Amino acid sequence: MAKSARQAQIEKAALYPLDWTEERTGLVGYTKWFLFRNVPRDVNWMQTLGAATLTAFIVQATTGVFLAMYYKPDPDSAYASIQNITNEVTLGWLVRGMHKWGASLFIILMFLHMARTFMFGAYKYPRELNWITGVILLVMGMAEGFTGYLLPWDQTAYWATVVGININATAPIAGPFIAQFLQGGAQIGPDTLSKFYSLHMLVIPGGIMALIGLHMYLVIRLGVTSPPWSPTAAGRPRDEGEEPQGYGAYREGLIREHEEDKAS
Amino acid sequence: MSDGTDNHDQAPGSSLWPIGFAIGIACILVGLVISWPAAVLGAAVTIVFGVLWIRDAARSHAPVDSAPAHALVDGTPSEAQLAAEEQHLETYGRAGFLTLATIGLGGVIGAGVVLPSLGFAVLPSFTGEGIETNPVDLGPISNFPEGTFVITSFTGSKRQGDVSRRTAYIRNNGLSAEKEPSFTIIYSRCVHLGCPIQPNGPAFKDQAKTYKDVTLTPVKPAGFGCPCHGGAYDTEGNRTAGPPVRSLDRYAFSVADGNLILGDHFSVGTVAGTAADAVMTRYPVAYPGVHVDGIERFLYPLPVPGAGA
Repeated sequence: MAKSARQAQIEKAALYPLDWTEERTGLVGYTKWFLFRNVPRDVNWMQTLGAATLTAFIVQATTGVFLAMYYKPDPDSAYASIQNITNEVTLGWLVRGMHKWGASLFIILMFLHMARTFMFGAYKYPRELNWITGVILLVMGMAEGFTGYLLPWDQTAYWATVVGININATAPIAGPFIAQFLQGGAQIGPDTLSKFYSLHMLVIPGGIMALIGLHMYLVIRLGVTSPPWSPTAAGRPRDEGEEPQGYGAYREGLIREHEEDKAS
Repeated sequence: MSDGTDNHDQAPGSSLWPIGFAIGIACILVGLVISWPAAVLGAAVTIVFGVLWIRDAARSHAPVDSAPAHALVDGTPSEAQLAAEEQHLETYGRAGFLTLATIGLGGVIGAGVVLPSLGFAVLPSFTGEGIETNPVDLGPISNFPEGTFVITSFTGSKRQGDVSRRTAYIRNNGLSAEKEPSFTIIYSRCVHLGCPIQPNGPAFKDQAKTYKDVTLTPVKPAGFGCPCHGGAYDTEGNRTAGPPVRSLDRYAFSVADGNLILGDHFSVGTVAGTAADAVMTRYPVAYPGVHVDGIERFLYPLPVPGAGA
């Protein structure tokens, strides 16, 4: 169906901003590479757990940014500021609730995502680095849980942190040094609270964001794994329109070989 | 590849400009110390010679850049193309040098930023900053009836305030064999993982006293227990059950003007004997869960700096 001149003109005008951006940044192409890609025909709902985990993290990051506007990391005012957020600030109960319950959800989803990856064999060649970055992300997520648990500065928070720090101290040789670094001195005090706050909202989230970027880059580069019962490849090569070139282009490891595949 | 003599041909001609530039820099540095006019003069010399140097360098490099473009038009390897090839090989050495210089300088600048930051993040925990050196005054000895434990809560550091509230279980043992006052002062933190141990016995809150911000409540414990993980201790602080790995930490004490003064905090392996006759080895204060005696002490060979008295 041939387009009228007017249609073509409108289309050109509509696409102009995209072309403008693409010409100057190349970002449109990267976004297409990122979003529009082949996935196996029989992907499973279980494979949405990774995206669910990412969503949980985004919820934590967003609510955390706004909680930081009202929270005061000082022993004399931390507890009162939490009470203020929960009882006084408009919608504070909701945002704090999202952050508090979302934290548990984030950890649970990480474990479910990990279980899915394990059960599907999606950690195998060539996706080992995805597994490794994922495990580091799990550890960092739990470090977020540990550092965030102190911030309400109530009895539960205080004593749970005492026990947590002293568990670290029991590790041979380095343990006492780790504990003393964590509590920022010989005893838990004001510096412990502000140190945990800094770790909780700056240091560890920064690392998590960087690693999520690497994790997702690898997912997109290597493709989504097909389920174990799938007759098709474990991940499908991109339709590049040309013969694969170079070592990286041979995606043998992406192929889940079934007997019928070998026969054909 | 070119040999040594070719290299000599390619080297830039010697110039006096860099020397003038260096003299200018030296003038600035010396001038900063002795007089401002000298520094200004040095800056002027630096700028003049710098401009001359750059202009010279730009002139000597300019024609070479255009050579490859002409050569590429021609299909056969021409004289100019070979010269360009050679020029390329030559410039590779400079490119390599610049790469290394960039990485090296970047590394130096990065280290200049990262090392102080890391030191600032880590070292203060190990310098003993924030450890209160002023002794804690627990009030008149008469507040501690002989043979009875007193739950004593005090502020460890005036500067840190409530966050440094600590509790010790203090028993006046009367006079020792040497006619010296004797107190058993047990720190309330469990040596399993640091939860607050509780006295197993009735506390007499109606007889509670206060001295400044110290609260004193008599108690008759049969022993001490930890609510977190079930550690149990006798009245000398020796473990009787549960996960603790040593006896409860203690405080040394002194008596000044009839007042009990809290002394150094120390760790204990096991206590032999009771009350005034108790015998124990003092160890530097260790984290809960850390062995101070027995073969397991070799798991923690390095003392932690700044861990307190």
